[in-house]
Amino acid sequence: MDRSVMGRVIADTERSNNGVDRRDFLKVCTMAAAAVGLPASVAVQWAEAAESGGLKPSVIWLHGQECTGCTESLLRTSRPGLAELILDLISLDYHETLFAAAGHQMEAALQQAMEANAGKYVMVVEGSTPVKENGIYCKIGGTTMLDLVHEVAEKAGAIIAIGSCASWGGVQSTPPNPTGATGLPEVLEGKTVVTIPGCPANPYNFLGTVLQFVTLGTLPALDAKGRPATAYSKTIHEHCPRRPHFDAGRFAQEFGDEGHRQGWCLYKLGCKGPVTHANCSVLHFGEIGTWPIGTGHPCIGCTEQHVGFETFIHQTVEIERPTPPDTYPPVEEVRHGISPAAAGVAGLVGGALVGAGYMAARKAAESGGEEEES
Amino acid sequence: MIHRAEPVGGPIINRFTSFLLGLVGISVILLIWRFAAGLGATTALNDGYPFGLWIAFEVVAGTALACGGYAVAILLYVFNKGEYHPLIRPALLTSALGYSMAAFAIIIDVGRPWFIYRIPIRVGQWNLNSPLLEVALCVMAYVGVLWIELAPAFLEKWKETGSGGLRRFAESGLRFFDKAMIWIVSLGILLPTMHQSSLGTVMLLGGPKLHKLWNTPLIPLLFLVSCIAMGYAVVIFESGVSGAVFGRPRHTAMLAKLSGAMVVVLALFLVIRFADLILRGRLGLMFHDWYSVLFWAEMALFAVPLVMLSNARRRQHFPTLFKAASLMLFAGILYRFDTYLVAFNPGRQWTYFPSLVEILVSVGVVSLEILLYIAIVKRYPILAGRATAPEKA
Repeated sequence: MDRSVMGRVIADTERSNNGVDRRDFLKVCTMAAAAVGLPASVAVQWAEAAESGGLKPSVIWLHGQECTGCTESLLRTSRPGLAELILDLISLDYHETLFAAAGHQMEAALQQAMEANAGKYVMVVEGSTPVKENGIYCKIGGTTMLDLVHEVAEKAGAIIAIGSCASWGGVQSTPPNPTGATGLPEVLEGKTVVTIPGCPANPYNFLGTVLQFVTLGTLPALDAKGRPATAYSKTIHEHCPRRPHFDAGRFAQEFGDEGHRQGWCLYKLGCKGPVTHANCSVLHFGEIGTWPIGTGHPCIGCTEQHVGFETFIHQTVEIERPTPPDTYPPVEEVRHGISPAAAGVAGLVGGALVGAGYMAARKAAESGGEEEES
Repeated sequence: MIHRAEPVGGPIINRFTSFLLGLVGISVILLIWRFAAGLGATTALNDGYPFGLWIAFEVVAGTALACGGYAVAILLYVFNKGEYHPLIRPALLTSALGYSMAAFAIIIDVGRPWFIYRIPIRVGQWNLNSPLLEVALCVMAYVGVLWIELAPAFLEKWKETGSGGLRRFAESGLRFFDKAMIWIVSLGILLPTMHQSSLGTVMLLGGPKLHKLWNTPLIPLLFLVSCIAMGYAVVIFESGVSGAVFGRPRHTAMLAKLSGAMVVVLALFLVIRFADLILRGRLGLMFHDWYSVLFWAEMALFAVPLVMLSNARRRQHFPTLFKAASLMLFAGILYRFDTYLVAFNPGRQWTYFPSLVEILVSVGVVSLEILLYIAIVKRYPILAGRATAPEKA
């Protein structure tokens, strides 16, 4: 099976369906660059590389215990530029969801890619790895996920865990965790694993990381949990568009009440924004400006271990790093009416202006300086 | 024929200027209150209308009224019509005063004026997509440029009457201006072109909050074109007033030619305004609600001076010229008021009507402007020609 044909087919379908122009393409690159803290000039490099058909690093994509939501959100974005970018920029040599091939043919492709690009390929893992009872709860082609990740990680140039499952275990790792679902950093202890948590992960954070590795040969600056620091160093709360309502003490008390309809802060409905590290509040999902808080639902903290899927959705959280504003806006909006005195004076001034204009016009007509002969 | 500009002379303090001084005094007291108690307590500004009379009148309409220097400089230097030279100094003086007052109005209108100094300094924090950044930088620069453009008037006076150091400073200054004026004038033409259109861009960002009769991608162009027309109108208006008050020659023939330029610009404005509305299918809104009435009032104020001055012979008649210019000024002011306040609806039942403080401070600012104008033309060579009648005001 010719893998690049596979890629081209998907890319062509996307292109004929939607037609991405250079401007959109550059926008996608710029957003991805910004997500990992790179300057816009890098985005131009990426776009040019994609156009010239260069780069094409080998990417091996493994699936563990997960819902494939991360792959879906990457490829089925509202703007097809993203899928195109991926398929133009990288050589997706192994991906269980996207492959047309099956069975032994596919496993052969994996071995071939690993040998041909040893030490250079990018390993992407989507989904958690079950470790209980030697990992028997997830097997691909007769091999356990546990063995597979160790094997592929051995010769990988970079390792990226996409989504909360791969980053820290995800929903299946919540107690009692019968399969021992574990995040990749824990499974591959000692190796550098870039984690892009999120359910699903924000495609731009992923894309920026991959492209930085591919073009510059470096990984973004990472925090203690292996997350790109630019994207995950701030909490949702810090840049939340509803933050002024929080500071002003304007809270929605229940779904559908007056405050909820006015777009007030969702903290009391259980918003996990104050403890959740992610850039959703500045780089929305779906690229059409929507994201959970934007639609009126509290953040569930999907990127954060022990918060997402573990705390109740409507349970309120402690505020991490409380940052009081300089001044608090009033709870009650100040609305001024028309004061009779102001209206009177306005009328007086207006009248005086019109009157003065009229008088000046008359005066100009009657008298004035002598005409200058020129 | 070069007219030599001379000071009007006479005492600065008289009944009229004392009255103006009183109005300025009232607004000084009110401004102390404004800075002590804050904007919320003294103005009618609110979350829906974060800008009000001070911005719409002093800044947006005020800088357009102060476009005389810009409009005449275009004729004088770009089209090389040297004959308009006697008009440039009074035009520059009104511009310099108008822009200085606009800058002052911004200082009193913004919530934290003590941070304004940061705008030109903190280059790294500039938001290059902001039209207001452009306006702020441009207006700051242009206030400086205008006073520099006007500087020869002051230097000439000091050269004649100053002693020692002041005279030497004036002499070297005038030598410098002989060489550098062309560059300063170039800036003086570039900067208003930039920020007068940006003042329109600001409201373009209002999007659907601005009524559809005013909301068009061409607002920046309309603001630019109308401010040039207002610039010519203000020169005519001012000639009429200073002719009547200071008894100075009115140069009717020259102003008639100037109004010819105004007619062209005015016609251009109306063509763009209507073509835009028609091409974008907004004709129906012109006959819809009370906004339509406002629209037609505005259009009438623009159209009447056009009709009054369309005939070259009628332009020679100064009273007609003066009336047309006055109407033109009202038209330009109304257009800016409509765009910034009346046709702007932020939703959620927000309303705005200026408070007493805002009105009185605006009156005070204009009084100060007139006061400074009178003081400067009486002491410095701004107006052309010799005083031929006793001074009346």
